[in-house]
Amino acid sequence: MNNTKIKISNLYKIFGNNSKKYIPKVRSGMSKDELLTKYNHVLGLDDINLNVAEQSIQVVMGLSGSGKSTLIRHINRLIEPTEGSVLIDDQDITKLNNSELLEFRRNRTGMVFQRFALFPHHNIIDNVKFGLSIKNVEKAESNDKAMFWIDKVGLNGFEYKFPNQLSGGMQQRVGLARALATDPDILLMDEAFSALDPLIRTDMQDQLLELQKNLKKTIMFITHDLDEALKLGDRISILNGGKLVQDGTAEDILMSPADEYVKNFVKDVNRAKVLKIKSIMNFSGVQNNSDAFVKLDDNIESCLPKILESEHELNVFDDKNKFVGLISRNNVADILKN
Amino acid sequence: MNLSELFITFPEMSKESLRIFKKSIDGAYRNFSREYGDAIEAVFDPVLYFLVWFEKLLQNSPWPLVILVILILVYLGSRSIYLTIGSLFALLLIGYFGMWEDTMSTVSIIGVCTFMSIGLGIPIGIAMSNSDRARAAITPILDVMQTMPSFVYLIPVVMLLGIGKIPGLLAVIIYAIPPIIRLTDLGIREVDKEVLEAADAFGANKRQKLFRVQLPLALPTIFAGINQTIMMALAMVVIASMIGVKGLGQPVLKAITNQYFTMGLLNGLAIVALAIIFDRVSQSFGKRLQQHRSGSRE
Repeated sequence: MNNTKIKISNLYKIFGNNSKKYIPKVRSGMSKDELLTKYNHVLGLDDINLNVAEQSIQVVMGLSGSGKSTLIRHINRLIEPTEGSVLIDDQDITKLNNSELLEFRRNRTGMVFQRFALFPHHNIIDNVKFGLSIKNVEKAESNDKAMFWIDKVGLNGFEYKFPNQLSGGMQQRVGLARALATDPDILLMDEAFSALDPLIRTDMQDQLLELQKNLKKTIMFITHDLDEALKLGDRISILNGGKLVQDGTAEDILMSPADEYVKNFVKDVNRAKVLKIKSIMNFSGVQNNSDAFVKLDDNIESCLPKILESEHELNVFDDKNKFVGLISRNNVADILKN
Repeated sequence: MNLSELFITFPEMSKESLRIFKKSIDGAYRNFSREYGDAIEAVFDPVLYFLVWFEKLLQNSPWPLVILVILILVYLGSRSIYLTIGSLFALLLIGYFGMWEDTMSTVSIIGVCTFMSIGLGIPIGIAMSNSDRARAAITPILDVMQTMPSFVYLIPVVMLLGIGKIPGLLAVIIYAIPPIIRLTDLGIREVDKEVLEAADAFGANKRQKLFRVQLPLALPTIFAGINQTIMMALAMVVIASMIGVKGLGQPVLKAITNQYFTMGLLNGLAIVALAIIFDRVSQSFGKRLQQHRSGSRE
C-alpha cells in the first residue's frame, strides 16, 4: 500500500450566511432536510473522513446533490471548508494564506472540468499553456511543454484551432493536457467524461488509464456513473446527501454494499465483468486432475465458458501456478442472480 | 380647513420658504464657483490644450492627407472596401459643400470625448463588476446622467466654467459615458463562471484573471458600449454648440434661429454621415473581436 497523499479529516461544509453556527447542530445529528427547512442553510459535506493513497485513482461517486463536486473543490480550496482539515503531504491546505494558496494551485494540482471550461478566446496551444503562463514560465519552455502534452493526448495539428472548432472529446483532451502541462502531482477530475458520448467516453477512460501507467499521479475522479467508477477506481467512495456512506475497492462495494443506497447503486451492474475469480471461489478443496484451470486474478466474465462447460469444479491457480482452491458453477450462479 | 380640501390641494411648502430654499442653494453654488472656478478650470487645461491641438491638426493638415488617414482607419477597422469608398464620397461631398472645417471640429471633439469616456468608463465599469455595492451606488448615478435633460446639468457647468470647449466636452461626456460603463460591467459579469473557475483552479490571481480572461472575453460587449458612446456623443453636438463648442452643431443652431432649411439639412446630413461611418467601423471591428465565438467547425 502506498503512502497517504490526501488526508481529509472531519470535513464539514455548510452553505449559508451563518454556516459556522450550525456545525454543533449538525454534529449532534441534525439532518440535511431539517437544516434546510428550519435554518435555510444547506449541508454540503457532513463529516467526511477519507484517505487517498499516493499514485492511486480515487473515485468519488454519488447522485447529483450528493456533495461530490463540493468535495473535490475542497482539495484545491475552490470552496472554503466550514470546518475540518485537508492534509496534502502533511500540509494542511485549509490553513494556507492567499498567496500560498495560489502557489499551491499553480504547482500541485491540475483540474479537469465537466463542461471543459476551456478559454474560448485562446487557441489550443495557448489553452494548454495557460497554467504555465500564470506561473510566468519562459515562452520557449512553455511552448515545448504544451506541444509535448498536445502530442500525448493525440491532438497534433490542432494547436492553432480554437476550442469551438473541436468536438467534445477533443475539447476534453485539451482540458486534460491543460491540467497536466504544469506537471501537478494531484489531478482533480470533476465528472470529466460525463458530457461525452459513450464511445468517446470509453476511449477517454482507456486513454486516462494508459497515461496513468507512466504518470503515476494521485487522481481524484468524480463521477455518477458506476461502470466508470468500477473501471477507473483503485478505490471508490460513495457519497449520499453529503455523507460518506462507503469507501472501498470495487469488490467491497459490489460484494458488501454498506446500505440500501449503495445496494441500489450497484444492483444493475454486471458483476461478472467487474469481479475476479478470487472474489467468489472456495479457498478449500482438493485439486482435481483435469487440465482445465482458471487464474486467481482472472475476470469472471472471461472465464464463464470454461466454468460453465466444466462438469465438475475447476482448479484455481495463483500467478505462480500453485493450486489455491476451486470454483464451481454454483459460485457463478450466486453472483449473477442478485 | 376641512378634510376634503386637504385632499384636493396638495399641502405644499410656502412660496416664501421655497424661494429662500432655491436662493440659498443658488447662492452657495455661486460662491463656490467664484471661489474655485478658476482652480477647477486649471485642472482641465491639459484636456483643453490637447483638444485645441487635435482640432488644429485636423484643420491645418492638407485635406487629401486627412482623408487618406481617415480612409486607412476605416479600412483597418472594417476591412470593407465598400464602406471605405462610401466614406470617401461622403467626405468629398462634405468638403465640396463647405463644411470641412466644421466637420473637423466635430470629429476632434467626438474623438477626445470618446477617448476620455473609454479612459474613465472602462475602469469604472471594472470596479462595478467587482463589487455589487459599487454597482448599486453607481447605477442610479448613471440613470440620472442619461435621463436628466442635458440643459439642466449645463447650467451648473456653465456657471462653474463659463462658455467654451471644456463645458461642452463635459456635457458630452456626461451624456455619452454611461453605455460604456454599463456594458463593461455587463461584459465582465457575463463571463462564463466555469471558465473563471478554471482560471482560479490554475492559480490565477485577480489581475491575471482580469487581464487574461475577463477583459478579453468581455471585449465584444465593451466594444458595443464604445459604439453607443460615439453615437450618443454625436447626438450631443448640437446641444454642445449652444455653449460655444465649434463644429457642425453651430450652423444647425443658426439655421434653426433663422429658418435656413437647406443649411440645416446639409449640416444635419454631415452629422449623419459621420455617425454612419463611426458606427459601421466600430461595429465591424467589434464583430471581428468575437470571431473565436463563431469559428466554423472543420
